[in-house]
Amino acid sequence: MASDTSKRSSYFLITPMAAIFAVFLVIPLLTIVVVSFWDYDEYRILPDFILENYSYLLGSSVTWSIYLNTLKYAALTWVFTLLIGFTVAYFLAFHVRSLTWQIVLFMLCTIPFWTSNIIRMISWIPFLGRNGLLNSALINMGIVDQPLEFLLFSDFAVVLADVHLYTLFMVVPIFNSMMRIDRSLIEAARDAGASGFETLKSVIVPLSKPGIAIGSIFVITVVMGDFITVRLMSGGQSASVGLQISNEIGLLQYPAAAASAVVLLITVLLIVTGLLRLVDIRKEL
Amino acid sequence: MTIDIKKSAKNLLTDTGVSRRGFVKGAAVATGAAIGSGAITGFPTIWAQNIKNVTLRQFGTGVSNINAVADKVKEDLGFTLQMTALDSDAVAQRAVTQPNSFDIADIEYWICKKVFPAGTMQPMDTTKLKNYDAISKLFITGKLTPDSEIAQGTAPHKVGFVEGPDSVDFASAPTQWMTLIPTIYNADTLGIRPDLIDRPIDSWADLLDPAFKGKASILNIPSIGIMDAAMVCEAMGEMTYGDKGNMTQEEIDKTIAIMIEAKNAGQFRAFWKSFDESVNLMASGEVVIQSMWSPAVAAVRSKGIACKYQPLKEGYRAWGGGIGLAKHLSGLELEAAYEYIDWYLSGWVGAYLNRQGYYSAAPETAKKFMSEDEWGFWMEGKAAEGDILSPEGKVMEKAGAVRDGGSYEERMGSVACWNSVMDENKHMIRKWNEFVAA
Repeated sequence: MASDTSKRSSYFLITPMAAIFAVFLVIPLLTIVVVSFWDYDEYRILPDFILENYSYLLGSSVTWSIYLNTLKYAALTWVFTLLIGFTVAYFLAFHVRSLTWQIVLFMLCTIPFWTSNIIRMISWIPFLGRNGLLNSALINMGIVDQPLEFLLFSDFAVVLADVHLYTLFMVVPIFNSMMRIDRSLIEAARDAGASGFETLKSVIVPLSKPGIAIGSIFVITVVMGDFITVRLMSGGQSASVGLQISNEIGLLQYPAAAASAVVLLITVLLIVTGLLRLVDIRKEL
Repeated sequence: MTIDIKKSAKNLLTDTGVSRRGFVKGAAVATGAAIGSGAITGFPTIWAQNIKNVTLRQFGTGVSNINAVADKVKEDLGFTLQMTALDSDAVAQRAVTQPNSFDIADIEYWICKKVFPAGTMQPMDTTKLKNYDAISKLFITGKLTPDSEIAQGTAPHKVGFVEGPDSVDFASAPTQWMTLIPTIYNADTLGIRPDLIDRPIDSWADLLDPAFKGKASILNIPSIGIMDAAMVCEAMGEMTYGDKGNMTQEEIDKTIAIMIEAKNAGQFRAFWKSFDESVNLMASGEVVIQSMWSPAVAAVRSKGIACKYQPLKEGYRAWGGGIGLAKHLSGLELEAAYEYIDWYLSGWVGAYLNRQGYYSAAPETAKKFMSEDEWGFWMEGKAAEGDILSPEGKVMEKAGAVRDGGSYEERMGSVACWNSVMDENKHMIRKWNEFVAA
């Protein structure tokens, strides 16, 4: 009897959450899946059940090159944000001894996030441009004769902006994981004769894995779905999956956009599943 | 008349939320005034009195949704014009799918080609327009002067008329029933930085000249970009087109192949999608030659940077828009809409548009609202005697300046192609995406 009541009350308690998920996540997602099978012409979407959206999408060489390009951006961004994020988190967690300073420095990392990420992105453009600050400085110092063209409107610029924008997503969860590491484990490692690097490899990295996994999920999903960074920093000359979807929406090809979105969702879910296989976040949280 | 009074009374109630007492009073005044004035002038002033309560909802692209026009309408005609600015895709979609959400549609002619057949708009009776005869022949016969050639693409006159009041079939010759009254149009070409280019530019082919490797740009709006690409390929002698405004799949494939080759060779610095992107690319010197819009050239120049809207021997790519009536308009609102459209052609707006560097559909009426110097600079290609001001009063050109491309006849008379939407639109967009992803 008592368990019945508690069962009922727990159902009651999860109802609001479930309702919010149903209304704002499940129903829109189902709509996208349904629309992805519809037909369309220039100005209308026509309820139907066709596979053409998918067959064109999966059969086109453009899709493959776009996915390859997006995965390339995601992989490069992941590598750099992980290296930088891990280093910053390590410094904050193990080198800064006072809690006050840890909080101050951590806040310092978040300050850029108080401005719009579009502003942070656009400010790279005058800096990296042909006649931009960096090129002028390099030429004035006599390091190069000609402005470096690859700095702006290139893959370099896209990855640079992505790394700049998303490193914090890596810092926060890794820092969080590191703060949970029992300091006596590190002392024990040192007592057992481990060098700094061995401690890092055998103690800190394994125990930071949940943070690394969470940070990786953040960074990879954001970069996989990004369109504005790619558009602005590549000067519109590179494509990403998100950009493709945004273009299709702009041209009112909603069913095609929905099909692209479903395929992207599946791709990202596969990547996330893979990551969760490697690290059991639940167990280690 | 009773119906109209009722309608105005209803508007009074809903729009201003006056008390019932105020409403009765207002209605009584309106009736009295209507009868009284009608007796004196004999003019159907019943409209003029009630028309003040009319609100017309106009939606369209940003270029012609000018608040100054709405203010002037209120002042000259007395009724309220509500403007909504949307991008051209949204405009097209809304015109078809939400026919009751607007009274006046401000759309481009190539959109009209797709939208009008959907039956959500009604043609205008040209006999009701006092200024119909002032409309440039470009929109009636497609020929600016009797011996000019008709351009390719969706030339406005091709979709400018329908067979009858209830028809959605475009007429091949002018009829009494007009789909859109032209409002704003222009001829587009390439913009260049004359200070960074040391040779004369005279052809669309120069966009792909290896001399400008890494310093060229093209606009990334597929339906317009493909036309600029076609102008370039034709000028290079690589392609000839039956109709650049309605290419075959094969023509699209070849055009895109040429563009992809150029892109992979590093010809383009960037692609632009919005007005300010094109301005920034040009002003920062990232790009020295690119497809551009006239106000963007003016914006670069206003920063004190040399920029030229270069006329090219192959001619211009033109675009034009107009205003049309929603199907549901009737009675007083329809009369108000006609009055608005006639007023649009009567010169004030025309002068305003001319001063922005666009063209008025009825140049002769606009002339009355412009100074001789303004008319000479914008329309006749003469050197400005004094400073040329924008409609907002900002100096656009200093004394002595001459408009790039010259006079109205020189510019609009050498249009090679109008913006259009192709039958192979879906295929074209897919190929364009290949170009962007290449």
